Amino acid sequence: MDEKKGWFDRPGNLKRFLKVFYASLVLLVIADFFVEKHPHFDFEGAPSFFAAYGFISCVLLVLVAKVLRLFLMKGEDYYDD
Amino acid sequence: MTSLPPALFFLAAALLSAFFKGNLRRLILIAAPIAGLCAVHLMPEGAVATLPFLDMDLVLCEVDRLNRVFGYIFCIVSILAVLFAFQNEDKGESSSALIYAGGALGVTFAGDFLTLYVFWELMAVASTFVVLSARTKESRSSAFRYVLVHLAGGLLLLAGILLRYQATGSLAVEFVGLEGLSGYLIFAGIAVNAAIPPLHSWLKDAYPAASWSGAVFLSAFTTKSAVYVMARTFPGTELLIWLGAIMTFVPIFYAVLENDIRGVLSYSLINQVGFMMVGIGIGSALAINGAVAHAFAHILYKGLLFMSAGAVMYRTGKTRCTDLGGLYTSMPFTCICCIVGAASISAFPLFSGFVSKSMIVSAAGYEHLLLVWLALQFASAGVFHHAGIKVPFFMFFGHDSGLRPKEAPWNMKLAMGIAAALCIGIGVFPQPLYNILPFPVEYVPYTGAHVVDQLQILMFGALAFCLLMLSGIYPAEIRSINLDTDWFYRKGARLFYAACDRVLNPINSLVQKALGSGLPDMAHRFLSEPAGNLEKLVVLGYLKHQGASEEELERRRDRISRRYRYLAYPLGGGVLLSVMFLALMSYLYIVR
Repeated sequence: MDEKKGWFDRPGNLKRFLKVFYASLVLLVIADFFVEKHPHFDFEGAPSFFAAYGFISCVLLVLVAKVLRLFLMKGEDYYDD
Repeated sequence: MTSLPPALFFLAAALLSAFFKGNLRRLILIAAPIAGLCAVHLMPEGAVATLPFLDMDLVLCEVDRLNRVFGYIFCIVSILAVLFAFQNEDKGESSSALIYAGGALGVTFAGDFLTLYVFWELMAVASTFVVLSARTKESRSSAFRYVLVHLAGGLLLLAGILLRYQATGSLAVEFVGLEGLSGYLIFAGIAVNAAIPPLHSWLKDAYPAASWSGAVFLSAFTTKSAVYVMARTFPGTELLIWLGAIMTFVPIFYAVLENDIRGVLSYSLINQVGFMMVGIGIGSALAINGAVAHAFAHILYKGLLFMSAGAVMYRTGKTRCTDLGGLYTSMPFTCICCIVGAASISAFPLFSGFVSKSMIVSAAGYEHLLLVWLALQFASAGVFHHAGIKVPFFMFFGHDSGLRPKEAPWNMKLAMGIAAALCIGIGVFPQPLYNILPFPVEYVPYTGAHVVDQLQILMFGALAFCLLMLSGIYPAEIRSINLDTDWFYRKGARLFYAACDRVLNPINSLVQKALGSGLPDMAHRFLSEPAGNLEKLVVLGYLKHQGASEEELERRRDRISRRYRYLAYPLGGGVLLSVMFLALMSYLYIVR
């Protein structure tokens, strides 16, 4: 993240930021093959298990939250008299 | 100094500071936690201060490796929070905040349950005043609910303590365990303060209602002193593993939907305390170390996050995602500190959360608790998603709110800067923290697998956020509230009231009718002519039994009434009754 004035608002910078971000994802998947693993569970050793788990978790989290919102969301004055 | 309970410095400064203004007041306020920190460091292990009370010796202050860590961090965060709150001239808030912090230290070092209970309630009352100090309508009603919940929790604890004392004759703060009614009551009392679901909603209700400075104090003490007491009294309790696991993942759904930044932080606070509960529940040396280390790290980064939200609130008066955004150009320092806090809570390698949380997750792995382990990993991804990304994103980036506030004042920057430096310091050099943990640490956080696994979870979680945001699937920020378990006492109380109204009020009016008008009327009619009525009752009852006609009965009734009205009897009816009554009394009294 950069703190300079309006860095993210300058044209192209957001795209540049996202490119670096995507590149780091690829690097992480590659790095996964080069580290020595000590899994507690069998499936933990599968290549990029944690990447898949993290991604799926967050998508599920948001989708479930969206459904929950249908039941849970009330106006800000819901508790007022 | 080494024999004074650290809580005393806080209580003394809370009183003293009320008589001074300006910089002198600030000096007194900040001197207390500094003196407290020295005291915590210098106190020898064992019972430090005792007080004879009735026929027992209360242990005001007893030190060992477990509570000294909590003492350190409570003093450190007090220094930072007091420094951060310099602009707040409200003496009520600063004094109650110091009493509150002193209460937490009192609980931490209490050697017996009676002392612990007194400080426990002191904390409840003082923190209520911290919430009240925001002086808004919202904070008033929140504080009211808050104090009711905590007093109820305190009474559960007290009931448990008394039952335990009766059964064992001991008040020592030591392992209790879930045995018997007293064990469950003590557990429930602590669970209220630890915000274990479903007893968690007071936290989300009260913390966002506090002032910009009050919330920083609140975020540190209540839940973490409960973590300490839980670690002392219920280590290795299996129930805690499951409650803790639920605690880690249920609040994150709410955090995704929450619109108030400090509401998001409140839910992520509950989520983080869940990790500590799992650690205490597992109970192995690694797990307890992890829970304590995580409490230490958590207090710093959570304080830091509440400080950054507080600084934004101080400058803009706003805390809702819908009202904020795009502040990174006008408050860059606060923004960076917030990102450091976010990276720490998300447990990025080189930040404090990583070296503490991974101990707990690894402990769950060593014990082969598959479901718990999966829940913790899910919660790790989730906490990055809502606290790590959402909090900085919606405050400092996201849509431009058009707000161009000034950067935070120097003291806030200093407080946030120190907290951020400590977060990074602990993340990079975890050994000093590991050295003060209750058990010797052999754990190595920085292995290739740990780092890559954790980074994969986080970065691919971030990818999910990016894609959902860009595709518009991410739930939009909406000014709203989301129902939580406080519904049961907020709406439920009204339901209860309505039910009482329907059931009890008719009973009340029935009784009122019977006792208020029915009975007195009857008594009046009877007593206006007591002997006559008695005669009527006997004579007419007898005749009715004999099968007399209606006219005959009517005639006899008239005759009796007439005789009494014209005093046709030689003796007054009343006198006759009195004599009979006296005769009855003498019979009962003398013969029997």
